[in-house]
Amino acid sequence: MTDQHDNPIRQAVADAIANNDVILFMKGTPEAPACGFSARTVGALQALDTRFAAVDILPDPRIREELTALSQWPTIPQLFVGGELVGGCDIVTEMFESGELAELLGADDQAHASEPAVADGAALQIENRLS
Amino acid sequence: MPDAATIKARIEAAIPGAQAEVEDWTGGGDHFRATVVADAFAGLSRIQQHRLVYEIFGAEIGGPIHALSLKTHQPVRNHP
Repeated sequence: MTDQHDNPIRQAVADAIANNDVILFMKGTPEAPACGFSARTVGALQALDTRFAAVDILPDPRIREELTALSQWPTIPQLFVGGELVGGCDIVTEMFESGELAELLGADDQAHASEPAVADGAALQIENRLS
Repeated sequence: MPDAATIKARIEAAIPGAQAEVEDWTGGGDHFRATVVADAFAGLSRIQQHRLVYEIFGAEIGGPIHALSLKTHQPVRNHP
C-alpha cells in the first residue's frame, strides 16, 4: 500500500470521508450532476433533506483512482455515512425506496444536529488542493 | 466489447449457484443492468453482495464496462 504521506490526494480523500458525516463522491456537482447515476443519488439525498458534502471527481482522475483504492468500490457515485461506504446509486436508491436510507441518515442527523455544515468547506478544500 | 450474455455467463460461473439476468441498458455494449440471485449472498450486506459481483470484472468496471447496475438478493422463499 502506498504511504499516505507520499500521497496527498489519497490523504485528502481519506480526510474528507473522516471529517464529513455524509459525503458523496460524484460526477459533477449536486446542482449540475454530470451523470445520471450521480443525479439519482443526489435526488435521493435531497428528497430526505439531507445535508451532505459533495466532491466532484471529474476535475482530476487521481481523485477517482485514490477513492477507489480506499473504498475498493469500482463505480461512481459513492456515498459515505459516518466514514463507512454505504454504496453507489443502486444501493442508495434501494435504501431510499425501502426507508432504510432515511433511517440511517435520520439517526446520524440527530447525533450531530449541533454541528455546522462543514461539509462544503472540506469538499472545496479538496478541489482547491488539486486545482 | 462485452455483451449481456457474456456477463451473465461470467457471473454464473464465478458465483456457485447464481442466477443472473443481464440486459444491455442502452444497447451500446457498455451500460449493463443485472439482477443476481444467489444463496452465496446469505449473511452478506448489500455492499458485500455487490462487491462479490464487481470483483468478477475487476478493472473492466469503469473501463469497457462503463456501468454495471446491480440488484442482488437471495432466492425468494415462500412467506406464509
